[in-house]
Amino acid sequence: MQIDWTAFTPGPALFGGILLGIAAALYVHFHGRILGISGITSGLLRLQQHDTFWRVCFIVGLLSAPFWAGFLFGLHPAQVIQAEWGALILAGLLVGFGAHYGSGCTSGHGICGLSRLSPRSLVATASFMGAGFLTVFVIRHVLS
Amino acid sequence: MMRKSVGLLSQYLIGVLFGLGLLVSGMSNPEKVLGFLDLAGAWDPSLIFVMGGAVLVGLVAFYLAKKRTQSFFGDALQIPTRRDIDKRLVIGSLLFGLGWGIAGFCPGPALVALGTGHIKALVFVLAMLVGMAACEWFFSGNKRTPALK
Repeated sequence: MQIDWTAFTPGPALFGGILLGIAAALYVHFHGRILGISGITSGLLRLQQHDTFWRVCFIVGLLSAPFWAGFLFGLHPAQVIQAEWGALILAGLLVGFGAHYGSGCTSGHGICGLSRLSPRSLVATASFMGAGFLTVFVIRHVLS
Repeated sequence: MMRKSVGLLSQYLIGVLFGLGLLVSGMSNPEKVLGFLDLAGAWDPSLIFVMGGAVLVGLVAFYLAKKRTQSFFGDALQIPTRRDIDKRLVIGSLLFGLGWGIAGFCPGPALVALGTGHIKALVFVLAMLVGMAACEWFFSGNKRTPALK
């Protein structure tokens, strides 16, 4: 195993991770819910009355985070998206379907699930991490 | 009315905070995520620190949350109680991981990247919504836990 020391940013990673943890903590204490992005987003598709607007508020918060990062802290982190259009669409379909079918994604199962020591979330996290490692290995080292 | 508005503002602000966490940590950048998932290449272990930081705070937060009878805003606690491992959980998570490995996006970071105005993030998010809708309509969503604590 070869570590890419130039890309390795443990400080910002840890600090950002702590912010994610604080957000999840506030969410469960204030709203009584798991902070899971796929759950909050997919719930919009049920279109139930009194169950939509709070989800929209949260998602608009996520969408406006880059604005606040720039406005308050002068931060404009780059997003480098290398995937081609076709791959992007396939990936989006798989992520949307899979996360909803498996009841959670990196936030709900990964952060919140592991934090509450849920055996289901541990299995889910191991599954999507394993599939992610394998997929990148095949794409970068077998196919190309 | 007042309480409800404050609740919605709180939803928004926690959304912003979570988005800032994704931006600062590097999770919202697919290139960085793929650098972490590429164990056989030049590996970037940063995301272990993201997860570590988040879970460190989360362990304390959820330990305390389980002692609550209701949320700060008076809502019922909706913490899942299921412990069984079913096929649906594993198959769904594997498919999610496959998609995550292809593009380097999971749902939160994709929404944050969409907020930067990235057209590729928009395409990903639209496809993601179609995927979620397909699951919702053909498989009636995720099996919800009836016994909410």
